[in-house]
Amino acid sequence: MRTFILRRVLQTIPLLLGISALTFLLIRLAPGDLLSDLSLNPSVSPATLAGLRHRFGLDQPWYVQYGLYLKNVFLRLDFGESFSRHQPVFAVLREGLFNTLLLASSAAAVTWGLAIPLGVIAAVRQHGAADRILSVLAFAWLSVPEVLSGLLLLFLAARTGWFPVGGMHSIDWDELSVGGRAIDLVRHLALPALVTGLVPLASRMRQMRGALLDVLRLEYVTTARAKGLPEWSVVMKHALRNALNPLITLFGYTLGALVSGSFVAEIVFGWPGLGRITYEALTSRDPYLVVGAVMMAAVVLVIGNLIADLLLAAADPRIAHE
Amino acid sequence: MNEPRDVVPGTSRRPATGPWGIAGRRFRRSPLAMGGGALLVVLYLLALGAPFLAPYTEDEMDRERFYHPPMRLHFTDAAGRPSAWPWVWPTRLADPSAFRYTEDGGSAVPLRLFAHGARYRWLGWVPGDRHLFGVDPPARFHPLGTDPSGRDVLSRLLYGSQVSLTVGLVGIAISFTLGLVIGGLSGYAGGWVDAAVMRGTELLLSIPGLYLLIALRGVFPADLPSQQVYLGIVAILAFIGWAALARIIRGMVLSIRHSDYVVAAEALGMSRLRIVTRHILPNTLSFVIVAATVSIPGYILGEVVLSFLGLGVQEPAASWGNMLAQARSVRVLTSFPWLLFAPAVAIFVTVLAFNLLGDGLRDALDPRHVEHGRAA
Repeated sequence: MRTFILRRVLQTIPLLLGISALTFLLIRLAPGDLLSDLSLNPSVSPATLAGLRHRFGLDQPWYVQYGLYLKNVFLRLDFGESFSRHQPVFAVLREGLFNTLLLASSAAAVTWGLAIPLGVIAAVRQHGAADRILSVLAFAWLSVPEVLSGLLLLFLAARTGWFPVGGMHSIDWDELSVGGRAIDLVRHLALPALVTGLVPLASRMRQMRGALLDVLRLEYVTTARAKGLPEWSVVMKHALRNALNPLITLFGYTLGALVSGSFVAEIVFGWPGLGRITYEALTSRDPYLVVGAVMMAAVVLVIGNLIADLLLAAADPRIAHE
Repeated sequence: MNEPRDVVPGTSRRPATGPWGIAGRRFRRSPLAMGGGALLVVLYLLALGAPFLAPYTEDEMDRERFYHPPMRLHFTDAAGRPSAWPWVWPTRLADPSAFRYTEDGGSAVPLRLFAHGARYRWLGWVPGDRHLFGVDPPARFHPLGTDPSGRDVLSRLLYGSQVSLTVGLVGIAISFTLGLVIGGLSGYAGGWVDAAVMRGTELLLSIPGLYLLIALRGVFPADLPSQQVYLGIVAILAFIGWAALARIIRGMVLSIRHSDYVVAAEALGMSRLRIVTRHILPNTLSFVIVAATVSIPGYILGEVVLSFLGLGVQEPAASWGNMLAQARSVRVLTSFPWLLFAPAVAIFVTVLAFNLLGDGLRDALDPRHVEHGRAA
């Protein structure tokens, strides 16, 4: 097991190097010299420019630049400066990542909180009316992209006034008490989390249904029924626990997708997460921030997959021995 | 497993046809899949005939009618008598601050079929000025209303479908060619080629798609002519899309290349290229067809998201994404909802049609297919 963990962790190193090379390439490919926009900007002093040139070795050949880039990013967590926000890129990204993870984990709660009960209903009433209706709805829902569901919810929010129409905090956030802040945050979080969470719902529900149906065919379930247990007890206490096993591993693999899943909702609802930061950085021509955000998103994905693999190995020791 | 079924003539209830015949029969028996396919034929025909079917061009502005709601047809003529033919009642801007219009802008005008209107060049080549329907100027007929610049929403929807519906096909054609060639080579060649390709795809897949989309868009200058933007979008989407497919194709090739018939072909001295193209890749075809159909919506949505963010097709050219972008503000959502619903319905119907078709094709082409409702 220990060698498996070691090997799996070591495998991520070349991947991270590759990601850094690709993002470095993106900086180099972007039109114009990196600092040419900045040198026209009166709010950036020549001293800052010279400092940046030195820090990233912009006056040196590309391999020296890449070496410096690697050193800065991996050893010092220095992703450069955000010119539009006048802050180090890492500080911007840290806040954005936190907001994204907050949104993504709420979305995951929506997904699983709905997928498990709906999947159970569909499985227990297999081929029944509820099962059919759920499967038709799930199929139709697959054709509603997040941009549309996001705008539709925004439309409802604007029409009814039940929810705020974007952002993360109300204007009077600073004057609110702790409880008031919590309620305010939840109200702002509700719609983007719903939009993000509903996207994978249809497939998770089908997976839950399939997993439970598989277990319900097993002999120990027949035994439980034969000894006269009530049906709800057979399903809830005996079958469901085992049916959840494959879903737990599946849950691991969705960890990596957490960051990318909320991208569209962040933009539609103005949620200040990593996706919105990337978008704003691109439109305000802030190259280090764009590249830093892409890199951060990729790193989270890689780490998510790593955790999922380790969880899987912990749940099923056969994998570690292969 | 490999029982010869039709050895004795007449023992099979069905006429002997190849796997494609069987798949075709299964497909035709599924009403939903046929419906999806028929819907797509209609949608592509609408896109093809857009200049003629649209009452106006995509960038023609009606300077007297900004944010005009969808107009209705009346079955009463100019004198107020009931009529079998539809009439349009010209509108007047009653409240400029709220863009409220009333139907008292002059006497009613009849709807005309094959009306003369704006000049266009069909497919960039055939000149024309006939439109399927229209009204005599100065009256105007906007069945789905107008946008903030007074452009006809129906016309923009039709012109926009030319972008949105072709992005998927072109993108799929590029990325699937790449995926098949690279995945096929990687699986068949093995060794360091395989290792290098697989590490490359892992790298590409480890960057979340939309982030990569945005970052790659940054590589292109912001202000490109719309045709180049279109090509740029297709190139980016195809570049992101090929990796996952290449991995699957590689896996399939790996499993097929050790099968008996490939070993036999090798023993007979067949060239590698011929083995790959004649014996291995055709076996992945049914998977590829289904995968292509269900991935097209992803490409359509890629364009929608990019244009929605203002990074894709730029106005005045129309695409469903930049039409949707007009509906981003709360004021538009509450006061002018047709700007949201027109592109939204178009996108939903298109994606649904592709999903129905893909689902039907999967059922029809899967050799381990179990017919619905007959087996558990």
